[in-house]
Amino acid sequence: MTDEQAGAGGGATTKKFLYVNRKAPYGTIYALESLEVVLIGAAFEQDVSLAFMDDGVFQLTKGQDTKAIGAKNFSPTYRALGDYDVNKFYVEKESLDERGLTLDDLMAITYEDEDDDYEEKPSIRIVGRAELAEIMASQDVILSF
Amino acid sequence: MSTLHTVNKSPFEKTDLSSCLAHARSGDGVLLIEDGVYGVLKGTRSADAIASAAAAGTVAIYVLAPDLAARGLSPNRLMDGIQSVDYAGFVDLAIKHDLTQAWL
Repeated sequence: MTDEQAGAGGGATTKKFLYVNRKAPYGTIYALESLEVVLIGAAFEQDVSLAFMDDGVFQLTKGQDTKAIGAKNFSPTYRALGDYDVNKFYVEKESLDERGLTLDDLMAITYEDEDDDYEEKPSIRIVGRAELAEIMASQDVILSF
Repeated sequence: MSTLHTVNKSPFEKTDLSSCLAHARSGDGVLLIEDGVYGVLKGTRSADAIASAAAAGTVAIYVLAPDLAARGLSPNRLMDGIQSVDYAGFVDLAIKHDLTQAWL
């Protein structure tokens, strides 16, 4: 078996997993559940990406303060994903534009690139809708929330 | 007889807000809560309907501040003419109007 075929699963092929996030945080449980599945799945060392489109882009806004609504602020957890080798956060440009948001409104999410002297790089990649469609079409598994 | 309408879903996800505004009558209030607060942000593609309702002045538009803060949205992102209230203000609005209608 070649190195390409032998993934971290001890001989099994690595698959491309994409988690698609389309809903705003806190109003429903989907955003939190999605994040929890990513964390559980990270243990299986596959090639994981996250896509944020439609209201899903709201999950990444900075400055979330949930004290007054009595819910836990889970936004810091996105920043921890880099340590689990989850560092591809595809954020759809059109979805940001429709909502009056820019990259500046989002949290700074970074990872350390072990192939590049552990240089800190941004995990968020702003992509256009057509490019995101191609990224989705090239996955092995898509989990939608 | 006036109604306090509440809308708790984002206008990008559901048509609740536009349906509510299409039925709100002069003297009514519309309170955005939970994910509904995204409906009163400046510079979005859904801003026009709210803007005309607020500008016409016949329907008062309110937003629940704790839900804005939870989502990382600061008050300066709100459209003009929107009043921010806290939970106590929510109760006051429910008392002030004769009827409460939740758009779910």
